[in-house]
Amino acid sequence: MHGLKAIFRKELADHFSSYRFIILFSLITMVSLIIAYMVGVNIRQGLEGVAKPKFIFLMLFTAQGVVFSLVQFVAFFGPLIGLVLGFDAINRERNEGTLAKLVSQPIYRDSVINGKFLAGVVTISVMMVSIVLLITGMGLIIVGVIPGMEELWRIFLYLIVSIVYVSFWLGISILFSILFRSIATSALASIALWIFFSFVVSIGANVIANAVVPDVKESDIEARVQHIKVQRAISLISPMVLYSDGTATVIDPTRKTTSIVLVGPMEKISQERFSGPLPLSQSILVVVPYIISLIAITAICFAVSYAVFMRQEIRSV
Amino acid sequence: MEDMKDQVVIETENLTKVYGPQAAVDHVSFSVMSGEVFGFLGPNGAGKTTTLLMLLGLTEPTSGKVRVLGIDPARDSIKVKGVIGYMPENMGFYGDMDAVQTLRYMAELNSLPRDVADARIEEALKTVGLADEAKKKLSAYSRGMRQRLGIAELLVKDPKVAFLDEPTLGLDPDATNRMIELIESLTQEKKMTIVLCSHFLNMVEKLCKRVGIMIKGKMVAQGPMDWLAQEKLGLGSEEYTLEELYMKYFQEA
Repeated sequence: MHGLKAIFRKELADHFSSYRFIILFSLITMVSLIIAYMVGVNIRQGLEGVAKPKFIFLMLFTAQGVVFSLVQFVAFFGPLIGLVLGFDAINRERNEGTLAKLVSQPIYRDSVINGKFLAGVVTISVMMVSIVLLITGMGLIIVGVIPGMEELWRIFLYLIVSIVYVSFWLGISILFSILFRSIATSALASIALWIFFSFVVSIGANVIANAVVPDVKESDIEARVQHIKVQRAISLISPMVLYSDGTATVIDPTRKTTSIVLVGPMEKISQERFSGPLPLSQSILVVVPYIISLIAITAICFAVSYAVFMRQEIRSV
Repeated sequence: MEDMKDQVVIETENLTKVYGPQAAVDHVSFSVMSGEVFGFLGPNGAGKTTTLLMLLGLTEPTSGKVRVLGIDPARDSIKVKGVIGYMPENMGFYGDMDAVQTLRYMAELNSLPRDVADARIEEALKTVGLADEAKKKLSAYSRGMRQRLGIAELLVKDPKVAFLDEPTLGLDPDATNRMIELIESLTQEKKMTIVLCSHFLNMVEKLCKRVGIMIKGKMVAQGPMDWLAQEKLGLGSEEYTLEELYMKYFQEA
């Protein structure tokens, strides 16, 4: 614990006074408010003269706004928050010569990483919480619906998963800042990984699935299932997919499962007729594996960071 | 106090650090006594900084023994870092902090109580002559001011031993003289034991009684300067300069 508090405090103060944070925060707030406004107006128009359906409040987060829904927005651009907060965490100190001085104080070396990570997590949490609160507030005003207790719990859960998700990206960028001496390189590597997971994996999954299960005919249901299974298995290596699948059942209770179900037309009709939302406890059950996976990959990332940083030579030049 | 004088503060025995095929530090043995200023000389890349890093526990020795105040830095680096103040070459500062914030951060990292820290910070800033610029951002500091702030950090930490790596590098003559005065005050008023690495031989001559000369990873000479001069050049203490002595060793190696 030696030095953790001091480093945490200093890093937190740095984050909150940095232009980087202010720009990022205003950008994200702006986009979220626009999405919430569009969605809110749509919902209000849709609601006119109709009985209020269940979980209308959660639709603020899941319904499509201009291009994105808020959940999709966080899935795609949330990583950038984490990356921007951490990509120069260690190598900037190394380049400016402050690292040698820092590690020659009576502190554990891992306190440096932990302090920076924790400060980042708190910054991320403040951002996410304020965005969700803003949207909730706007929802109250525009839609005029008060969220129920269960909805609040779901929003809270969603917040937790989102913070874990963005913190994973923070961990990745801190790792890059340890691995690469140059700030430009670690920034580039972070962006490259983000592009890889957000675009390449989803396209690649489809390509590989086509190669593994070629020539799928419309009528061949077994082959189609196989195709989709392969595609999903591959796309699951992306934390982005983990996150969207993980949050989907929490924030969108009418979704029952994250895996595909093929049903016949009659079954589908009956299912729609009797479809009720999934209870909160069941939603949590579906989500837990995803959260654990996210935490696990963050932990791996940390283990590598520690191992590399402990062995690194710290020289002033 | 008198018996403190002859206490061994730093001791190494056959200290070796191998990087790849080359030994950066090759069986180096030396000792530094309490209260003295030990001049650590040698050309660039001779292994001086590597030796300092091993004394600090920042790098693990390949073989050999190190003790700083009886502590093994490889085993208990936290404890060693608590008693050594290290002023690295090309020391960096956080440009968006001011002097007080910087010193307070240093105090927090050393777990000093707030009231002790505040008192020391005020005194240190006065001693190094930065009290008037204490609220200025460090990005606006000149090199001389930054180096003096480095000394202020040492004063706040108040370690038993201080390692100064090229403290006067790139300073103008006036700033150099001020730095020499400050180092003198560290040893005389604060009773710190100092290991001074420098190419600025005039300063070393002025401050140090004993020197060690390191060339290509080996400690080629160590001892009181007069003694080395007599041994090597056959001259009395009046007729040589450290520069001549240093060049003599350098050419032989």
